[in-house]
Amino acid sequence: MKAVITVTGKDSVGIIAKVATECAQFGANIVDISQSVLSDYFAMIMLADIDTLSIPFADFVDKMSEVGQKKGLDIHVMHEDIFNTMHHI
Amino acid sequence: MVNTKDILETINMIREENLDIRTITMGISLYDCVSEDEDRLCEKIYDKITTRAQDLVQTGCNIEKEYGIPIVNKRVSVTPISLVGGNISPEGYIKVAETLDRAAKTLGINFIGGFSALVQKGMTKGAQNLISVIPEALAQTDFVCSSVNVASTKAGVNMDAIRLMGQAVKRAAYLTKDRDSIGCAKLVVFANVPEDNPFMAGAFHGVGEDECVINVGVSGPGVVSSAIQRAGDCDLSELADIIKKTAFKITRVGQLVASEASRRLDVPFGIVDLSLAPTPAVGDSVAHILENMGLESCGCHGTTAALAMLNDAVKKGGVMASSHVGGLSGAFIPVSEDAGMIAAVERGALTLEKLEAMTAVCSVGLDMIAIPGDTDENVICGIIADEIAIGVVNTKTTAVRVIPAYGKGVGDCIDYGGLLGRAPIMDINKYSPARFIGRGGRIPAPIHSLKN
Repeated sequence: MKAVITVTGKDSVGIIAKVATECAQFGANIVDISQSVLSDYFAMIMLADIDTLSIPFADFVDKMSEVGQKKGLDIHVMHEDIFNTMHHI
Repeated sequence: MVNTKDILETINMIREENLDIRTITMGISLYDCVSEDEDRLCEKIYDKITTRAQDLVQTGCNIEKEYGIPIVNKRVSVTPISLVGGNISPEGYIKVAETLDRAAKTLGINFIGGFSALVQKGMTKGAQNLISVIPEALAQTDFVCSSVNVASTKAGVNMDAIRLMGQAVKRAAYLTKDRDSIGCAKLVVFANVPEDNPFMAGAFHGVGEDECVINVGVSGPGVVSSAIQRAGDCDLSELADIIKKTAFKITRVGQLVASEASRRLDVPFGIVDLSLAPTPAVGDSVAHILENMGLESCGCHGTTAALAMLNDAVKKGGVMASSHVGGLSGAFIPVSEDAGMIAAVERGALTLEKLEAMTAVCSVGLDMIAIPGDTDENVICGIIADEIAIGVVNTKTTAVRVIPAYGKGVGDCIDYGGLLGRAPIMDINKYSPARFIGRGGRIPAPIHSLKN
């Protein structure tokens, strides 16, 4: 199972590093990243494998959201199934 | 692998366009709670509901968090209480209502539905006793919702029941006069009531249902409205296609949540209700969809046609997205719960008569409409009878949830806040149907050949 992590907010040094560190800490394996900066606005979509998570998925969602709040970013983690069911028949 | 465009589209629907799951409703059968003793009956009902639904709210919250989609309400519907209560006294029925309320508070759910009776053809003693205390039951509880089915296409219209319901609506308004007559917002009168509806106030767990079941109601007027806006000046065939595609996506999320909730709670999946359920929030309005389709204001001539097309396209798109579809399925047009409807009433574009016409082509009926508090109960019966007749003749569900706001008149407003919203008092035709209503008896079931 995979989760989609979206990160948006004002650009600063070390956003990817911070998010990746948190993922590693909880055992989420990053499998894909797409990222861009548009006039100071940072946007990243990350796909992570959550089979190896060391904590329940719902707690991981909260932890990542907390990290976002501390860094002034909007971080949302959503199960990939919502995208798959909505966009694929 | 999902692509970036799809991810952004979904996220935009949820964060900007108010896409949400309106409700996960657990239906629970109470047949095995039947008892001769009122107190024992209440005890069994309380135990069964609080045991069966003990994980409902937590499971709903977990799904909400993991999939990132808001689930606005977690609710319970139960077997119509008149079928479980039997011949218990009217006071006994009030006790049952209080028990349901207590169970709802223990579980932390938003509403509990099923203080109901099915009297489309005739009334048992139990149904009479229950109906006689609906106003008191609604006034003394916070979360209990009540519904009464007074007609069906096969049975005709039970006018005696309509007369009782007119009185019940009026009395419920009086008993809750200090809270803008909120009792009436929890009471709905039906024709052809669906038995698996997850939406309040009309939800109950039907007679042919499983022991326990999960039904889900989706929402998403904002998503449809934005899609139409983006489409620009396309023709109506293309517009219908856009609505279908959007409804498909919305319903898929409902199906996902329903099957996930069913799996986690180990309760069979019942149905997804394909609905466009508005809220008073900006950008979550069915009236605004109609206006984006090209009407100057909801309520103008052309509204019924636009709504008919919208309602049909929502069903066509949704039906393929879900394995089982049921409930009320279609666009809801409650006045107080829809910012666009409220605005249309306030600018004088939307009248009660137009709303009645609209209900002939969409899913429910005259919903959350505030009328003057001094409205005669026979006039309320007339409003109910008209709406019910539309349902009976057209073989569809219709319903009436009107609020004769005690002490208020045209120009005033009632305000409940939250999902129930606010409603300007609408002017109504005051000529009396008293003699017609007073005749009582039944309007025979309509003929279904010689269609004209």
